[in-house]
This record gives sequence, structure tokens and C-alpha cells, in this order.
Amino acid sequence: MSTSWPGDSLSGSAPPGPATFAARAGRKPWLTLPALTSSLLGIGGLIVLLLLWWLGTDVLASSQGFIRQFSPTTAIPELVTMLGQPDLLVHVLVSLRRVLIGLAFALLIGVPVGLAVGSYNRLNTATSPAFQFLRMISPLSWMPIAVMVFGVGDQPIYFMLAFAAVWPILLNTAEGVRRLQPSWLSLADSLAATRWETLWYVILPGVLGHVLTGLRLAVGIVWIVLVPCEMLGVSAGLGYFILDTRDRLAYSELMATVLMIGILGFLLDAGARMLYQAVTRSRTA
Amino acid sequence: MTALAQTISPASDRQVAVLEAAGVVLHYPGQLKPVVEAFDFELDAGETVSVLGPSGVGKSSLLRVLGGLQEPTDGTVTMNGKPLRGVPPRVSIAFQDASLLPWLSLEKNVAFGLNFKHQPHLTQEESKVRVDVAIREVGLTHARRYFPAQLSGGMAQRAALARCLARKPEILLLDEPFGALDEVTRTEMQHLLLKVVRDFHTAAILITHDIDEALLVSDRILLLGGTPARVIGEWRIDLPTPREDYIAELGAIRVEILSRLRGATLRRIN
Ligand SMILES: Nc1ncnc2c1ncn2[C@@H]1O[C@H](COP(=O)(O)OP(=O)(O)OP(=O)(O)O)[C@@H](O)[C@H]1O
Ligand SMILES: [Mg+2]
Repeated sequence: MSTSWPGDSLSGSAPPGPATFAARAGRKPWLTLPALTSSLLGIGGLIVLLLLWWLGTDVLASSQGFIRQFSPTTAIPELVTMLGQPDLLVHVLVSLRRVLIGLAFALLIGVPVGLAVGSYNRLNTATSPAFQFLRMISPLSWMPIAVMVFGVGDQPIYFMLAFAAVWPILLNTAEGVRRLQPSWLSLADSLAATRWETLWYVILPGVLGHVLTGLRLAVGIVWIVLVPCEMLGVSAGLGYFILDTRDRLAYSELMATVLMIGILGFLLDAGARMLYQAVTRSRTA
Repeated sequence: MTALAQTISPASDRQVAVLEAAGVVLHYPGQLKPVVEAFDFELDAGETVSVLGPSGVGKSSLLRVLGGLQEPTDGTVTMNGKPLRGVPPRVSIAFQDASLLPWLSLEKNVAFGLNFKHQPHLTQEESKVRVDVAIREVGLTHARRYFPAQLSGGMAQRAALARCLARKPEILLLDEPFGALDEVTRTEMQHLLLKVVRDFHTAAILITHDIDEALLVSDRILLLGGTPARVIGEWRIDLPTPREDYIAELGAIRVEILSRLRGATLRRIN
């Protein structure tokens, strides 16, 4: 896994950035380590994290202490046990489903609006303060209103997740449109392409890299927002399960669930990253 | 040798014009003067015409009008007698940068647009043959599965040319297609252009700022100058190609073009 990532800002940079330019010129990109070294370093960092966790709980905390219940030596075996039982897995699936649906809504709204905003300068100028305003409102603050409007259940969660995820997708898509090469559009004109053909064969593939950058950012945000969203008004999902373990005083299960949330988030991010790389690899080979 | 006479040849030995511009005016909104005014032009079937002129004179603008990419403010452009509405299917346009789409392989780039709605309908088999022939013509068969990022500048321009050829053009419009290439590659591309024009019996308009390129590949050279742009010189070159053996004859025209060009530029500065 490579560590350098184009477009880690909210408005990601264009896929063929300076790094690939350097690579094409036959030089190693500056400050990029060989893949093996960087993955070893990454694994080393994770081991240090694990050690710190272990030190803070098993080693340094008093042996009768409450903290002991959150140690890796209890949480990890507990997680292994829980993975063998249906309970946790059901909550995981419920959560993942919500994430996917929330992201789907965000894409359905963010991509078309981003295309429009990126295409028309005036629309961009008109909408950008409004978007900045809305973007800064924590999606969780909509919770009571969302529940009143959509009722108790999954819908308010979809709403909040989509609301959280739409901004990076929208803004990156718009940025992608602005970075389309004018010559690609001239090419479409010179082939007498209809508007629809230009959209489908030039604009959409042209912004795909940016959309995926936005999607990866959105995945990170959604995963973080999901757990608190699930702590109210629903009876399944990882957020619900966290509170449930607390109420049952099952602290080792609680810690195992926290661990699970981290692992799943890590995997989701890796998946989004691999999707991006699979799509853009051939373009910058 | 009368071949080098600087004349517009008499109407009698003219073939039918494939492309004709009459009284074309192009005035970009908000600009003081038109870019082009009262421009008349005829392109014969199979003829290669080069257009020279100082930077900013309006060569690209003119090409866009002739290709139907840009509607003229006034006047008409007709292809085979029919007024242009958009770019006709059998006109292929290539620009200075190859504008290959980075997400498509070379062969998909060459095939790009063949199945668009305003293009003549081709079966899959026909398209495939067109693409194969075009790629072979420019000598890129070995690289057909490459992506644009893997192509050198010269290969990219070859691919762009192949994309033009896949549409079996009657007219090729080329806007400084070799401008960004090194000397050797450019010479190679010029020979390729000569071959392509011969093999495909296509007429071509080549915009270039390289006088030698114009001398080596074209049947006729137009020199544009002034604002609004008009033709300030026209040369017909009836020499066989390749022309490397006719340096002396070409040299004479070269000197003429240069002095005319210098005159135009000086007038522009004063
Ligand atoms: N889309 C446009 N809108 C307004 N003005 C334009 C547009 N395109 C070109 N112009 C203007 O028209 C004039 C001619 O430009 P054009 O690109 O046709 O020149 P050119 O001869 O091709 O120059 P070069 O050799 O540098 O390519 C310039 O003054 C330019 O600023
Ligand atoms: Mg130009």
C-alpha cells in the first residue's frame, strides 16, 4: 500500500499531480519510500499503538482497577469470540447497510449538483457561501429535526449520513469539472457529440477521479458520524450496540466493539483507496 | 519551370471544391475589430493547403470556422455545396495537443466518437476495421493497448491522427499538430502526413508556423496577415513529394514568404 495520496484536502488535487510527473521523468518522487519499507513502518506504528494501549491498561493501571476491563488482553479474545457469534455481525451488517445507503444518496445528489456548480461560474458564486454555511453545521445537530420529519427509524440516519457525505463529493466533483481539459471538450465538439454524449463519454469519466477522491473523504466522515447517529432512536447498529454493552456492563464487549469500529473504518478507507487506485492506475501509468 | 509562379491558378484546371468559404466574417463579441473579414477560400478535393501567419492573426479561429466548430458572424462555409451546421462527419480536426482521453487505451481513443449519434452508422465490425486500418496506417499496431500516459509525444500525435483517419475524412483540419514535437519526430510526422493524405485521398488544411513544414507538405500556401486577417500571399507548389530534393526551388519561395511576412509584421508594429 502506498502512503502518498493525491487529494487529501477537501477539494482534492488532480490525479496526475507532480508526484506522477516526477515518476515519469524516471526519478523517485521526493520523500516517497519503497513500498515494503513504508508498510513495515506502518505496521510498526500499529504495534506501538497496541503496546501503549497494553501499557495504559494491563501494566500501569492498578490490578483491581476498572481500566483493566478495557485492556487488549481482554478485548482481543473477546472480539474473536464475538466474531464467532451472530450478535455483533448483525449489528455490523446493519451499520454497513446504512453507510452504503447514506453514501448512495450523497453520490446521487452530490455528483449532479457538483457537475452543475462546476460548469456554471455564476451558480458556483451563488451557492458557495450557502454550501460553506451548511457544511459547517454538524449533521448530528439535525437529529431532532430529522426525527420529527422522517420519523423514528432508519430514515433520519440516512438523512444525516447523506448530509455529512455530500459536501466532499459535491465540492470535489465541481473541482473536477473545472479541471477538465478544454481540449477534451473541443474534441467532443469536433466529433459533433451531443450534450448527452459529451457528458457521458467525456465529462463523467473526466471527473471520475475527483468523485472518488470525494467519496473516500465521505467514507471517512460517514463512518465517524454513524456511531453517534445510531445512539438514538434505533435498536441495531454499532452505535446502538456500544450503548447496549454499557447498559449490560459488558465492558470487554464494549471495548471489543470499539476495536471493531476501528478495524472496519480502516478497511472501508482501504477499500475506497483501492477503488480510486484501480480506476486511475491506467491513466497515470 | 513555371511551377513556382506565384499565382492563383486559373479556374480551368480546378477540380471541384470540397470546402468553400465566401465572404466569411468572424467578429468575437466585445472586440474592436473582426478577426477575419471578407475571407474567400476554396479547398479542392485531395488538396493540401498550409496556412501561415504571425501569432494571433486568427489562424485557429479561421480553422474553427472552416470546420464548423465556430459559426461565422457573416458569410457562408459550404462543404460539397451544403452549408455547415456543426462539424460534418467527414471533417476531422486535430489540435496542437493530441487531446487523447487518458482513461481510454489507444485503440479506444482511435475509436472514440465513431458511434456518436451524428456520425454515420457503422456496425461493430466496420468500426473495428476502420480502427485497425487507421492504427496500422500510423504505425502504432504494437501499441494499440497502451494508455496515453505510456505514449511519447510523437506516438500521441500519431494516435490523434489515427483518430482522425478512422472517420475516413474527406477533409483533415490540422491546427499546428506537430508544433510541440522535436525536429526529428516532426519530420517523421510530416512524411506520415504526406502518406496519409495520399492513402486516404483526403484534402487537408494545415496550420503551421514552420515555413519549411508548409513547403514540404503542401500544394498551396496561404499567408495571413493584418487585422482583420486577410490573405497577403498565396503560393502554389507543383512539386512532387517528398520534396527533400527540391531545396533550391523551395528556397526561393521561402525567401519570398519570409520577406512578405516581415513586411506584414513591420506594418503591424508601426
Ligand atoms: N474564443 C475567443 N473569444 C474571443 N476572442 C478570441 C477567441 N479565440 C481567439 N480570440 C482572439 O482572436 C485572435 C486570433 O486568435 P487565434 O487563436 O485564432 O490566432 P492564431 O493565429 O491561431 O494564433 P497562434 O499562432 O498563436 O495560435 C486573437 O486576438 C485572440 O485573442
Ligand atoms: Mg492558433
